[in-house]
Amino acid sequence: MAARKPQVEMPKQAPEDRIHNFEEVAKGYTEEMAVEEALRCLTCPNPQCVKGCPVDIDIPAFIALIKEKRFGEAIEKVKEKNALPAICGRVCPQENQCQKFCVLGIRWEPVAIGRLERFVADWELENGVEASSKSGHTGRRVAVVGSGPAGLTVAAELAKLGHEVEIFEALHTAGGVLMYGIPQFRLPKEIVQAEVEYVRKLGVKIRLDSMIGKLYTISELFTDGFDAVFIGSGAGLPNFLGLPGENLSGIYSANEFLIRTNLMKAYRFPEYDTPINVGRVVAVIGGGNVAMDSARSALRLGAEKVYIVYRRGREELPARLEEVENAEEEGIEFLFLNNPVRFIGDEHNQVKQMEVIRMELGEPDQSGRRRPIPMEGSEYRIEVDNVVIAIGQTPNPIIQMTTPGLKTTRWNTITVDEETMRTSLEGVYAGGDVVSGAATVISAMGAGKIAAKAIHEYIMNKKK
Amino acid sequence: MYRIVKKRTLTPNTKLFEVEAPIIAKKAKPGQFVILRIHERGERIPITLAGNDPEKGTVTIVLAEVGKSSKQIGNLEEGDEILDFLGPLGNPLKVENYGTVLSVGGGVFVGALLYQIKALKEAGNKVVAVVGARNREQLILVDEVGAEADELYVTTDDGTLDLKGLDFIEGLLEERKFDHVFTIGPTVMQRNVSEMTRKYGLPTTVNLFPIMVDGMGMCGACRVTVGGETKFACVDGPDFDGHKVDFDELTSRMRVYTTQEKISMVLHDKVV
Repeated sequence: MAARKPQVEMPKQAPEDRIHNFEEVAKGYTEEMAVEEALRCLTCPNPQCVKGCPVDIDIPAFIALIKEKRFGEAIEKVKEKNALPAICGRVCPQENQCQKFCVLGIRWEPVAIGRLERFVADWELENGVEASSKSGHTGRRVAVVGSGPAGLTVAAELAKLGHEVEIFEALHTAGGVLMYGIPQFRLPKEIVQAEVEYVRKLGVKIRLDSMIGKLYTISELFTDGFDAVFIGSGAGLPNFLGLPGENLSGIYSANEFLIRTNLMKAYRFPEYDTPINVGRVVAVIGGGNVAMDSARSALRLGAEKVYIVYRRGREELPARLEEVENAEEEGIEFLFLNNPVRFIGDEHNQVKQMEVIRMELGEPDQSGRRRPIPMEGSEYRIEVDNVVIAIGQTPNPIIQMTTPGLKTTRWNTITVDEETMRTSLEGVYAGGDVVSGAATVISAMGAGKIAAKAIHEYIMNKKK
Repeated sequence: MYRIVKKRTLTPNTKLFEVEAPIIAKKAKPGQFVILRIHERGERIPITLAGNDPEKGTVTIVLAEVGKSSKQIGNLEEGDEILDFLGPLGNPLKVENYGTVLSVGGGVFVGALLYQIKALKEAGNKVVAVVGARNREQLILVDEVGAEADELYVTTDDGTLDLKGLDFIEGLLEERKFDHVFTIGPTVMQRNVSEMTRKYGLPTTVNLFPIMVDGMGMCGACRVTVGGETKFACVDGPDFDGHKVDFDELTSRMRVYTTQEKISMVLHDKVV
């Protein structure tokens, strides 16, 4: 029985090769591999996998079409619910979502749903994307702030419903964190731009270099004739540790490190104008996906030794297991139960050492994870040329500061009604990291879908 | 795309541009900056605004050709278009009626100083201006500043005019009563002015331009220590209390990419 066979492995670049390039690590299924994997699916009459999908993709249906090699129809089935499948197929934590609920997973391995989603999405990109614009026929206009996963999803959904949608993006390229944050070797930027292009083809207008809060305020968007506004401005403000020496030269926020590398393509300096400094030894502080991305980027930028310094243990790492394993394969050294205390510079204020203290795990804290406690007197020093601080991001405060009446939390996230994603202001909706704090691409897209539905109802009922 | 409607060559390597950007022109205020990019492989370059004309829909920038990117911009002509032009970024200068103010600007930033002085004059201040440059040839917009300010002092580092360096400002501070000091220009100049005013307890506003990438609070490259706290020049500034800025840290952070800047410059000059 096909189901009992293990998942069909996806070809990957060998670690010794991939640490020298920024090409995608995982190469994707061939048609044969995809069909073989699809045949493992039992097509359950009462599918559990769908329960784990934040955007409700009809998973058994699209997999059934792959079994019959009807790839074009399979991708159409996916796109009924998900406008960005080539992205989700790569960066969704499927192991905690659809695949977690797959009944095969009880005794054997779950169906590799994410790899199949990626396969059909890539198949379509290779064979030409179909999209037709219906936008504009309702006479309703919606402004979307930010072109990350939440904004693109809202825009695509509303354009499909016939509304005129304009996205306002502050950066010079659309895609948000998909462009500036997630590295090329995990999510090629050509793939992101192809998905953005699909959203454009649906009739969505994207205005770049347009920072809401500076160029226009939210209330000016209404004055300009928009019927509703969706805020998907993300979590772009980097957290720092607040430790002595943190502003020494050579210490980057993960945001800066990744923006230079991904968005500005510093790995191709001087062909591209933006530089980055990566010395022999780089220490990345933090244990999430952003820390893994930073560490693996540092390696590819030429570092000989890369540490990930994390205050808890391997079990507690918030990063996806797949990314942790990739990092380990590539030779990243994990210093678990270690926490930086201060940074020490040379006479030019360039960081040269990091003082670290060992930690032990105590009782579980509010997050349910065991609380790390410093072990007094265990401090020691590591020689470093660069440090990357990857301990999380909070929302950029500019919209919140320039929008009177918009309710926010003390973490600067926007307060919404979770059923509709409506904010404290009429006609203003929000979703993604600006509401949840830094989370996943797919959860932002899920929020975008909820918001799109609510916005549609709101503007159709609104008197013109 | 953002069209250049006017170009003025102020010195052989200092250019003034008026750029068509109608919405930015409506919103811009002195103290703010824009970020521009001129080609797909280009870096994001922050430039302090030197003026706006809401009716014409233009903003003014002045830049010195010191590296590859600024040379490329300097070579643009009227009618050429700039690929990306984002703004207005940063907080506006706090303009109010302080009384008598001393406004000290240097180098290419005299354009931005002029923009500040116009606003300070409109708010009712008496403005004593100091304009400086390395030498006589590098001085820009002296007549324009002279026409706006109540008094004008012109100085150079090499003393090719009557005044040399900034030491004479000590004398001004000694003899006269000022209510506020504004300074904009090279970091070393802003630092020296802040040091001079410190002993008089004279409030001094500096306008900092550390290395930036996005200019909207994302990267943290522009972080400066002000009064012991980390601030982002792009979203918390760029104006700060000059007496509280850690200038040592700022100066070293601004030198991080000196090597790469030289590489880019050499490669650029070879091609041109």
